[in-house]
Amino acid sequence: MRAMVYRGPYKVRVEEKDVPPIEHPNDAIVRVTLAAICGSDLHLYHGLMPDTRVGMTFGHEFIGVVHEVGSSVQNLQPGDRVMVPFNIYCGSCWFCKRGLFGNCNNTNANNYAVGAYYGYSHTAGGYDGAQAEYVRVPFADVGPSRIPDWMDDEDAVTLTDACPTGYFGAQCGDIVEGDVVIVFGAGPVGLYAARSAWLMGAGRVIVIDHLDYRLEKAREFAFAETYNFTQYGDIVLEMKKTTDFFGADVAIDAVGCEADGAFFQHVTAAKLKLQGGGSPVALNWAIDSVRKGGTISVMGGYGPLFSNVKTGDLMNKGITLHTNQCPVKRQWPRLFDHVRNGYLKPGELVTHRVPLEHIAEGYHIFSAKLDGCIKPLVVPTAV
Amino acid sequence: MTDTGPYTAQKPPIAESPERLRERIPGWGADLDPINRPSATRLQWQEDTGAHWEFPERQPEKWPRERSVEHKMLTPVFGTACPPRWLSGAIRRYSYARYSEGRSARWLLFVLADRIDAFENHVESFLRLRPDNPITETGVKSEFTHHGLRSRLGQHRADLKHQPLDPIIVAGPWAAAAGGAYVGARRLVDSLRG
Repeated sequence: MRAMVYRGPYKVRVEEKDVPPIEHPNDAIVRVTLAAICGSDLHLYHGLMPDTRVGMTFGHEFIGVVHEVGSSVQNLQPGDRVMVPFNIYCGSCWFCKRGLFGNCNNTNANNYAVGAYYGYSHTAGGYDGAQAEYVRVPFADVGPSRIPDWMDDEDAVTLTDACPTGYFGAQCGDIVEGDVVIVFGAGPVGLYAARSAWLMGAGRVIVIDHLDYRLEKAREFAFAETYNFTQYGDIVLEMKKTTDFFGADVAIDAVGCEADGAFFQHVTAAKLKLQGGGSPVALNWAIDSVRKGGTISVMGGYGPLFSNVKTGDLMNKGITLHTNQCPVKRQWPRLFDHVRNGYLKPGELVTHRVPLEHIAEGYHIFSAKLDGCIKPLVVPTAV
Repeated sequence: MTDTGPYTAQKPPIAESPERLRERIPGWGADLDPINRPSATRLQWQEDTGAHWEFPERQPEKWPRERSVEHKMLTPVFGTACPPRWLSGAIRRYSYARYSEGRSARWLLFVLADRIDAFENHVESFLRLRPDNPITETGVKSEFTHHGLRSRLGQHRADLKHQPLDPIIVAGPWAAAAGGAYVGARRLVDSLRG
């Protein structure tokens, strides 16, 4: 089969690989019909996530058709059209039984702290991902669901991570009616989070980024007020001014470890890898923009090491920090309702469809933010 | 009269009323009641996850699978991509066996192993006659097909200040390797000449 392969920082190519075999009785092999490149894939692509091995196939957002099932699979059969959450989870450990599907204890041998995800380095369990023609799906009776007949493919693929993560991010803000919500980052997760904040009754939603075309999308898709932080000397002070010097009730960090806006922080973290946790610029701005006693929801991905986070202000302001990897399948029933009711159209953020054979261009376009790119999809070519 | 703004018991008012927001934004307030939010209660018992086992059957271990020392045992299911090999693999195995996830040394050794892994694979790519190609593998051709200039010129982009570093990060190790090879070859030639 053809598969995207990581060749070192900023380099990927397509290679011939074996179709993955059934490794466990509850595995399925899925023929991928549509995958996506996630903003968090760029952290791998840029060489920021420890234990990202050359030869690995990335891709944790995908839909496909069941090609083969293991001997204990009961809920799926070959030919089923499925959407697969990015979480790989057993459904039976203490954490899964309590709904923490992103924190399964039975699927990531490499780390206790991290859940398992498709194609997300050995830090996340060492599973090959779905930017390929076929992918191994462990615990096929637990994660995947058949795609409802009424749902289109681009909605389905964005519902495997980016959209539920944004929606979960808004939930982690514990928004109450009339709250002022600031979302840092106008990438897909930030845009879905901003849109979801309204569903939870926000009174004002502000999105901050440095890319004008994404801020335009934030106004159009998420009905948000927008600020390009490069146009203000001090974006934190600007947030204070716009909230009558009170601060926002809720801030959502939808940026993570490659945050821009402070040259030293970005270069030491994202370029020179000297802050193993990544650049904390967005998180620090969130800490300083939220009111005392406010809530910060962190959906941006960070590395497993240290970062220069403003812990003092976090503590002194009595801020509540809520964060986790989104338990995708818990969100689906409610999100499906919202899609059916026309409250959300997740596929609207898709801007590019890249053939698998041109995956290197797809990564560069997304990474360098060319051509108005917001959400690129990858189209494999298997027949 | 002084505007006391945020110094009273009231929050600064919001410009738009709930009625206006409901009119303007499809679905406004649909999940206002936390009961409609799927993860409002973070730890919530899940009756039917699809799992029909108490403890999953164990996946066969086909090679000594590296694992975190914070795990009591190898997890019943694990990834099988890219088993560790060569020097980078030895460093990774050592780090997994020696350090807990709380130790910086563990992660810094992984970062070191990642760079060595990239070097090892670049060398191997030449031996296998499918050499890495920095032009095609970086996708840089899309600069010319997807408006590289227009995407940057006249834009208020913070990343323009540090994007010039990207080629150095990509090409730096190649230039260093070429320089090293040149110096090594010169020394070899000099020593042969006596």
